Amino acid sequence: MGASGNWISFYTMVRKDIVRMFRIWVQTFLPSVVTSVLYFLIFGTVLGSKIGDMQGVPYMTFVVPGLVMLAIVTTSYANTSFMFFASKFFARSIDEILVSPTPPWVIIAGFIGGGIVRGMLVGVLVLLVSLFFTGLHLAVHNVVIIFCFAILTALIFALAGLVNGVYAKSIDGINIIPTFVLTPLVYLGGVFYSVHVLPPWWQTITYADPLFYLVNGFRYGFLGITDISLLMSVGILLGMVVVLIAINWYLIRKGLGVKQ
Amino acid sequence: MTQAALVIDNLKKIYASGTEALKGVSLTVPAGDFFGLLGPNGAGKTTVLGIVTGLVNKTAGTVSVFGCDIDKEPEKAKAHIGLVGQEINFNPFEKPFDIVVNQAGYYGIPRSVAIPRAKKLLVDLGLGDKMTQKAMTLSGGMKRRLMIARALVHQPRFLILDEPTAGVDVELRRGMWEYLRALTKEGLTILLTTHYLEEAEQLCRHIAIINKGQIISNGSMKDILKKLKSETISIDLTQPVTSNALDALRAYGPKKVDDTTIEIEIGAGRGLHDAIMILDQHHLAVQSVRNKSGKLEEVFVKLINE
Repeated sequence: MGASGNWISFYTMVRKDIVRMFRIWVQTFLPSVVTSVLYFLIFGTVLGSKIGDMQGVPYMTFVVPGLVMLAIVTTSYANTSFMFFASKFFARSIDEILVSPTPPWVIIAGFIGGGIVRGMLVGVLVLLVSLFFTGLHLAVHNVVIIFCFAILTALIFALAGLVNGVYAKSIDGINIIPTFVLTPLVYLGGVFYSVHVLPPWWQTITYADPLFYLVNGFRYGFLGITDISLLMSVGILLGMVVVLIAINWYLIRKGLGVKQ
Repeated sequence: MTQAALVIDNLKKIYASGTEALKGVSLTVPAGDFFGLLGPNGAGKTTVLGIVTGLVNKTAGTVSVFGCDIDKEPEKAKAHIGLVGQEINFNPFEKPFDIVVNQAGYYGIPRSVAIPRAKKLLVDLGLGDKMTQKAMTLSGGMKRRLMIARALVHQPRFLILDEPTAGVDVELRRGMWEYLRALTKEGLTILLTTHYLEEAEQLCRHIAIINKGQIISNGSMKDILKKLKSETISIDLTQPVTSNALDALRAYGPKKVDDTTIEIEIGAGRGLHDAIMILDQHHLAVQSVRNKSGKLEEVFVKLINE
């Protein structure tokens, strides 16, 4: 099909997903914003006033990057896992793409493209909401790092969501992973606390949580404080991206879960 | 020599459940042909089409579309094909216009080209006033026509139709036949599967009959119909048939349907003209004569039951 044909196919997939997410914005954007407002109210305002400072900054300021990250993680994951599952399970509209000359890597890019866009848009919305709880004050240490870690987060979890969508055989199949894997990773990944306040054995467990590296780097972009080397974080995360792309490419190329 | 649109060689498929759906199917569809692939339910028709279009993984064998091997050049092979599947498989919340334009996008066609093409196709297929309604509001026949528009938007050289007229009323079906005939005149190759054998008889120049994962007959429509050694004819008479007349027709295996209708078997040495003469000798005037069923249907039933 050639480079321009692949680009048009990719653009078509992402455009279609964006049109869909804006058409049903109450389902795609609003829930993450409402959830974040609750987190800001409970963890930031109510409990935060008792906690005081964390790593030298007010708790509400400390928790903002983590909650933005949480929104990006859950949204980008849910978007690709549901979109892929729905297209193969309801009406088999995935066939529209499978019969076309769109190569596997463009199919992957098209699905995760939608996940990244939605994740980033929700992240921006949650960030805007956070301004109401921080007195319109937003600490920014390095905007490039913020953007890079946000994109990296959306990319990793969109890819992970796609693996889930490919394997899922029922609607429960796309709910189990977020409930039993994603939620524990989020809560143990340093969204609400610094790893330094944990006992040594718990710190070791946290280092195995990919979300820890994402939250840590993202928080560094806002506050300029970090628990571990930023370079190491980026290295580990890029390694995850490569592994997840390879898994997805294998699954889509073989047609696992979609071809008989 | 003209390049074949589709060449299938020794195609085999065993599903994960252990079902052997295809047991070495070989088939050639000439370019520009209207080809029918017929067979009873579960014969393997949809599996063949699924493999050709990349929706089903084959176990063994080779498939090439206009010379492009589906294993070595899958994208090139797919670019030649338009598929109208057996099941409705579009997002019912989308609009027909978006469904067709997006499909063009998956084939690398820019929106500036796809939009006028989609509009023309939808108008030509009688969906002009439904373009911007949700696809779920379309009737069964409209959904089928939308699938045809979607399959044609990238201007394929080879159109695969898997039971395209299932659930479509007679008038619409005949309209679709005319549309498909016009497409073949423009050079499009069509591979059709259908349960309406009258449809295949009307449209197809060549047919293959598949049963239990094997091709049991393959050739031109004319040659396949020649396999019919006898056919059943219904004769309506102006007066009640007599037992003497039935006795005189015994070589034709006559069956009395009602007082004024009989069925006879005609074939080699038992012509229709002679049978009518016998009836005339018994002072029975013939009101009308018709085939009990289509010729192809009779051949099909005989081959399947062999």
